[in-house]
Amino acid sequence: MTTFSLVTRGGHPDFLDLPWSLPLEQWDHARLVPMTRGVSRHVVRFVAYDDRVYALKETTEDLAEGEFRALRTMADNGLPIVEAVGVVRQRQDAIGSPLGAALVTRFLDFSLPYRYLFSADPSPELRPHLVDAGALLLVRLHLDGAFWGDCSLSNVLFRRDAGALMAYLVDAETVELHPAPLGDGLRAHDIEIAVENVAGGLLDLQAGGLLRNDLDPLELVTDLQTRYDALWSELTRTDELDSGDRHRIEDRIRRLNELGFDVEELAVEATAGGARLRIRPVVVEEGHHSRELQRRTGLQVQENQARRLLNDIAAFRAWHEGLSGEAVSDAVAAARWMADVYEPLVAQVPDDLRGRLEPPELFHELLEHRWFLGEAHGRQVTNEEALASLVSAVLPYRSDERTILEDPE
Amino acid sequence: MAAVTLDKVNKVYDNGFHAVHDLDLDIRDGEFLVLVGPSGCGKSTALRMVAGLESISSGELRIGERVVNDVHPKDRDIAFVFQNYALYPHMTVRDNIGFALKLRKASKREITERVEEAARLLELTELLDIKPGQLSGGQRQRVAMGRAIVRRPQVFLMDEPLSNLDAKLRVQMRAEISHLQHDLGVTTLYVTHDQIEAMTMGHRVAVMSKGFLQQVDTPQNLYDHPNNLYVATFIGSPQMNLAMGQLDLDGTAHLAIGKHRLAIPDDLLSTRPGLRAYAGRDVVVGLRPESLEDASVKPDPTGGDRTLEAMVELREGLGSEVVAHAKLDARGPHVETAQGVPEGSLLGDAGIELVARLDPRTTVAVGKVAKFTVDIDTLHFFDPETTLAIRD
Repeated sequence: MTTFSLVTRGGHPDFLDLPWSLPLEQWDHARLVPMTRGVSRHVVRFVAYDDRVYALKETTEDLAEGEFRALRTMADNGLPIVEAVGVVRQRQDAIGSPLGAALVTRFLDFSLPYRYLFSADPSPELRPHLVDAGALLLVRLHLDGAFWGDCSLSNVLFRRDAGALMAYLVDAETVELHPAPLGDGLRAHDIEIAVENVAGGLLDLQAGGLLRNDLDPLELVTDLQTRYDALWSELTRTDELDSGDRHRIEDRIRRLNELGFDVEELAVEATAGGARLRIRPVVVEEGHHSRELQRRTGLQVQENQARRLLNDIAAFRAWHEGLSGEAVSDAVAAARWMADVYEPLVAQVPDDLRGRLEPPELFHELLEHRWFLGEAHGRQVTNEEALASLVSAVLPYRSDERTILEDPE
Repeated sequence: MAAVTLDKVNKVYDNGFHAVHDLDLDIRDGEFLVLVGPSGCGKSTALRMVAGLESISSGELRIGERVVNDVHPKDRDIAFVFQNYALYPHMTVRDNIGFALKLRKASKREITERVEEAARLLELTELLDIKPGQLSGGQRQRVAMGRAIVRRPQVFLMDEPLSNLDAKLRVQMRAEISHLQHDLGVTTLYVTHDQIEAMTMGHRVAVMSKGFLQQVDTPQNLYDHPNNLYVATFIGSPQMNLAMGQLDLDGTAHLAIGKHRLAIPDDLLSTRPGLRAYAGRDVVVGLRPESLEDASVKPDPTGGDRTLEAMVELREGLGSEVVAHAKLDARGPHVETAQGVPEGSLLGDAGIELVARLDPRTTVAVGKVAKFTVDIDTLHFFDPETTLAIRD
């Protein structure tokens, strides 16, 4: 008799139709989908339920439960990670022998594995952002007190974020959560591990003939270290200023905002001399724009996408107020923008091109394209014109990014 | 290779938590020292201070002759051996072992030399030019070890490196790591919560609890001469049996355990003179499971002065021995051991569970009272207040 214990969070399938009495490696099931994935010490399989894909990782009960808890805690702290869905425990095979536990996570829609980004070369414009995205993810984890312990290309997924990339942690097996930002020693160790693992991943692609010839793995990992150090310094360093040097404070805040961080608090301390001030920005969770857009429209999008969409709402509101001569509230402006602008435009994308980009990214590209056309034609271009051009001249040449399937080998 | 010395090392976190207290530890050049203790005992923090991943609040850390308290981790010439190495499928075993040297800008010649030396030590020479997909589980682990070996560090640090392996591979890798450390002769600090791992691998074992070093000694000395109740009950499986006893040194010296009286020979008092100070007082008595034998197999040479009687509740035949669990009419100690404070010890009349490892010819039966001959010379005695061993 098949026995197992399955604890999952609400809003997901029950996974009861899967053959839990077999080791994952032996599964041959209609729900399996061959997703592209990296190197793992564990057996990892992917299953699809309607348009949702879930990753199943076979491991020990202790590790599965520990990782589940770590992912939940990091999610509560607003870190970019995959969603932990559940743990399957106490599995047995047909004759009652114990099988490993399985951790279930939700695969990120529209995510791009590194093999796709480095090898297939579908989006060369994204490559410079890969290193930045990885460095940013590490900085965010370290600021939040999370020591990763196994940062590697295989343990990260990337999503488009308004022309850039956002990196997500997908494997938290070795994560340790500390109550305060990591100290220098642990950070240095985590980065050393990351550099070695990323180099290994890239050299492996190279050995398999899967890495573009113009990329140097060792150069890329040197960049990762450099970008991490620069970003950490920008976010955490202490500046000493003259008391009248206010513009430097403003510069600093602006740079932090540009990096996608909000500043919760400025610690301005008079030093012994009394003539100098010390500032120490306290960096808080990124995501102000995402939260604001979600509050106003219900859309859940990436930070840079949200910033762009909020800008468009603001422009729409100003235009509307100009026409009517009356003030429009935040809520009304956002609701009208959704109904009159966003939803109609997204709906006009032909069905066969819908999977090319997720809707907010599509909208972001539409805004970019509209600006580009306006510059080229020397006049204002309407959304409808821009969409028609995007649909005919750009989207057909983009590959489908809803789910990146494994290369048939 | 180098010795590692921790001299009154402390770790106090910003929130005031004192994780490691005055840790004194001399790890000799080429020694395999295991730090063992339960989760939260400070062992990983100690290892991380050696690595430079955690700052040292006070005290001094030396690697060789050099004080390294403020030396960057990269400059300490140490190498971590991870539990989480993944092997890269498109790269050969040679490249999997050597690629990290490339990162450190080593010359091709140096990389070749180091990789081939590591492969020889790991018995991987014949496999250097194949891909990891063709390796067994044990061979894959050895390739992973190779990545650390080629760095030729002065010190290896290993933090629970076997914890995510299955039981069979874990036993195999215990032997592999011990063998390798012996061949390499590199000073090694190894952290584990598993006392069997510690006892089977370490030249010496340091037992920690709640941030304090309890004892550091060879595995056999820890087992035979634990300094306190914590070490006595942490080391050994099944664990040491504990009972409250009262020493009576008037007339014929004897130890009362519940209704039982065990004669104390003069030899025992001369080897543990400290016992004399406990005349007429309570002591905690420790009996290793192998200190008990079925009296029908090994009769009491004194005719009854070295015998305990207990009701057998469980008998586990293991082929080479029988493990018997029996209820002894005695009080358990109300003191903290490695397993916490024993349940029911306050009641005094609940009896204690006695675990005995018996000769397979034993005739003890469940539900019957059995007589156990006690090897008096191997008894352990502890002060019930301080929990320290009573010896000198």
